[in-house]
Amino acid sequence: MSVATEALAPVDEAGVVQAVREAAARRMPLAVEGHGSKRAMLRPVQAARTLSTAGLTGITLHKPAELVLSARAGTPLAEIEAELARHNQMLAAELPDFSGLFGHERPSTLGGMVAANLSGPRRIAASGALRDQVLGVRAVTGHAEVVRSGGRVHKNVTGLDLCKLLAGSHGTLGILTEITLKLAPRPEASLTLAVGVADLAAGVAALSAGLGSPFGVTGAALLPEGAAEFGLEGPTALLRLEDMAQFLPHRAGRLQQDLAGFGTVTLAEGEASRGLWRAVRDVRLLEAAPEQAVWRLSVRPGAGPNLAWRLNKAFGARLLLDWGGGLLWVAGPASDTAHAAVMAAARAAGGTFTLFRAPDSLRSAVPVLPEEPPALAGIAARVKAAMDPEGILNPGRMRG
Amino acid sequence: MIDLPEPNPAVLARRDEILAALHSLVPDGPFGQGVIGDPHRLRAYETDGLSAYRQPPLAVVLPATTGEVAAVLRYCHQNGIRVIPRGAGTSLSGGALPLADAVVVGLMRMNRILEVNYADRYAVVEAGVTNIGITQAVSAEGFFYAPDPSSQLACMIGGNVMMNSGGAHCLKYGVTAGNLLGVTFVTVEGEVVGIGGQHLDAAGYDWLGLITGSEGQLGMVTEVTVRILRAAEGARAMLAAFRANEVAGQVVDAIIGSGIIPVALEFMDRPAIHACEAFAQAGYPLDAEAMLIIEVEGSSEEQDVLLARLKEICARFDPISLRVAETPEESAAIWKGRKGAFGAVGRISPDYLCMDGTIPTGELPYVLRRIGEMSDSYGLLVANIFHAGDGNLHPLIMFDANDPESFRKAEAFGADILKLCVEVGGCLTGEHGVGVEKRDLMTVQFNPAELAQQRRIKSAFDPQWLLNPAKVFPLEGNPALAPAA
Repeated sequence: MSVATEALAPVDEAGVVQAVREAAARRMPLAVEGHGSKRAMLRPVQAARTLSTAGLTGITLHKPAELVLSARAGTPLAEIEAELARHNQMLAAELPDFSGLFGHERPSTLGGMVAANLSGPRRIAASGALRDQVLGVRAVTGHAEVVRSGGRVHKNVTGLDLCKLLAGSHGTLGILTEITLKLAPRPEASLTLAVGVADLAAGVAALSAGLGSPFGVTGAALLPEGAAEFGLEGPTALLRLEDMAQFLPHRAGRLQQDLAGFGTVTLAEGEASRGLWRAVRDVRLLEAAPEQAVWRLSVRPGAGPNLAWRLNKAFGARLLLDWGGGLLWVAGPASDTAHAAVMAAARAAGGTFTLFRAPDSLRSAVPVLPEEPPALAGIAARVKAAMDPEGILNPGRMRG
Repeated sequence: MIDLPEPNPAVLARRDEILAALHSLVPDGPFGQGVIGDPHRLRAYETDGLSAYRQPPLAVVLPATTGEVAAVLRYCHQNGIRVIPRGAGTSLSGGALPLADAVVVGLMRMNRILEVNYADRYAVVEAGVTNIGITQAVSAEGFFYAPDPSSQLACMIGGNVMMNSGGAHCLKYGVTAGNLLGVTFVTVEGEVVGIGGQHLDAAGYDWLGLITGSEGQLGMVTEVTVRILRAAEGARAMLAAFRANEVAGQVVDAIIGSGIIPVALEFMDRPAIHACEAFAQAGYPLDAEAMLIIEVEGSSEEQDVLLARLKEICARFDPISLRVAETPEESAAIWKGRKGAFGAVGRISPDYLCMDGTIPTGELPYVLRRIGEMSDSYGLLVANIFHAGDGNLHPLIMFDANDPESFRKAEAFGADILKLCVEVGGCLTGEHGVGVEKRDLMTVQFNPAELAQQRRIKSAFDPQWLLNPAKVFPLEGNPALAPAA
């Protein structure tokens, strides 16, 4: 159980260094977090003390013409997004807001999003994942030392890329204190083609047709049961176009022709389109019941429909597919048997899974991520020791 | 000249035995020998794209399968033999420079395309497939592999992974790291591990991201799964020439600030324009101080709109000339000089060093002014080519290789430029890698704690420092790599 009895809240990087130095000297583990918005993800951390980066706030650099922004790790995402909106810019990874999924109002921080490497629907576009947009980091390692990796320029191959290693390491290798990101211009217009498809296989085929077109699709999701609130009934494939407003009618027309064979196509534009994708991004359309567990699987898109069918058969899974059909959000009973079915299905599909949300009892008891092959597990243990020799940073968060 | 570690005399003494053992692991085939030990033939492997540094290896082994690569690494690991991974040998940083006691493991025989899946948009290829070979394999269906380093006709995807190669179109499509889904990785102990797959994003540590750009320090890659993308409907270029570097720099800011991300945005200074024009007769304006090549993609109507907007932005900065291509042929003509830039400089000066720092784009005018001053004080010519959108600067320093003093000066000039890049908030290398060339400059960018942390990661993968040693990290602080006396 993550019963933290003491909370450390340094206000600057030096304070983080000091806290880690003391914890390392006493070999006292730390649960590392921002505001704790993702505390329910992965495994509960075995630590009596919490170290929060929420006090490390502020945008430290924004050069709109260079498409670069730096901010301290505890800066709320909302503050960064507001600053970018003022300059008609955005983070291309389309960071999700999981407060609905996790059932709380605690704000997401930049550090937390990068530590979890969470990306939304635009992940499938050329701009890539959040980790691809991280140009540089500052982090405090378990040695109580500040290390920088990357920088503030767009192209940098100097030395080993610790940005990539730290992004997605969930605070187990180092505590991010400042992050520099590559920005993107905010597209002028958004347009969604919603295709009523016969089944999931047809839906993924429609998404593949769109993603394989030259029209620059930046979102490709599949709603197995539609979305009543948006007037979408039955299995619906969603394809998004974003660009200058005057480009979209032509592209939508061409894409509509390409997709006509898959079902009836309807269009959503402007705020209707944006709202639909926010609901996809935040996994709201999964409609997971509060007591249900939620898994996130990533597979080859073509393997998505069979995987969905298998999980549906195993435990009547509720599903939301994104990333062209390759990202499956799954809701089902928070049970060992459902989890075993997810693990087996992910393995059979050659992909990965994350137990994204579950009661402590389940997520303490089962692997929340796929096991690594022995050669990699050995490397992982040595890398963990190389970054955090006393094992004090978020012990047990990713693997037991 | 750079220091290399003292060869291990015990390994040198066992040369014949090592050759025989490697031969039993990688037999000869219809292609030729699996193992090369003949001193004359080893000369072909003594250098790479940074030909100022030369050192023949103990042996070269050319495995044909992942299993053979694993067997060779296992043998070398058990026997404490250093290993130099090699793709096509096009590294401009000496990343494939051998050591006298090392075995070069070349990937050129592993050149098969194993699978292409258009519906799921990936291709699985062996590490010795050339960069252009991937695009050629999928172009009939309208797809391409995005990163396009200028050595793309020769360089191999395995080398691209190890150097995290870029190219002229990174602004829109990103570098190698963003275009990979998985690799087959061979550890120094000879264990074969699949990392990633055909899906996006890792669950757990991002090994794929860490390995990409690791310059052969962590292990070898034998198969690569890349993302393939559908090409845009078309692309067209324009050329804009200006009276000063400062002005061209302001134009770059104005373009990015307008919300248009061109697919390529290339800058050339006056010496580069003159060299390229003399070589390619591309019609470049010789009275200009700075020139931009800007390329956009989309349908022909979209290209028209974007080019008109770009032209409007350029027109605000008193351009000397503005030329918008109306046809693919005219685009090719605009690119012709830039694409031949290295050859063009090579005609003025048979020997040049191609540097590769990155700077914040706003610092371009200042950096070019400082480089000009250095050029005067060193008495060496320099031409500057710049991926202006992403800040990646390629100064080409011209020197005379027959004159050791000239080479020494060129090296010092190059080091000064890279120090300047770091000083203004940039970095030592944007896409060529640290290799052996910039190894001793790492202390300029990183403090001792940061270098120690990177070394510990290296040691976690390769505790004995057998993989591509003497690259990336300064020799000081690595007891396993004492410099030769």
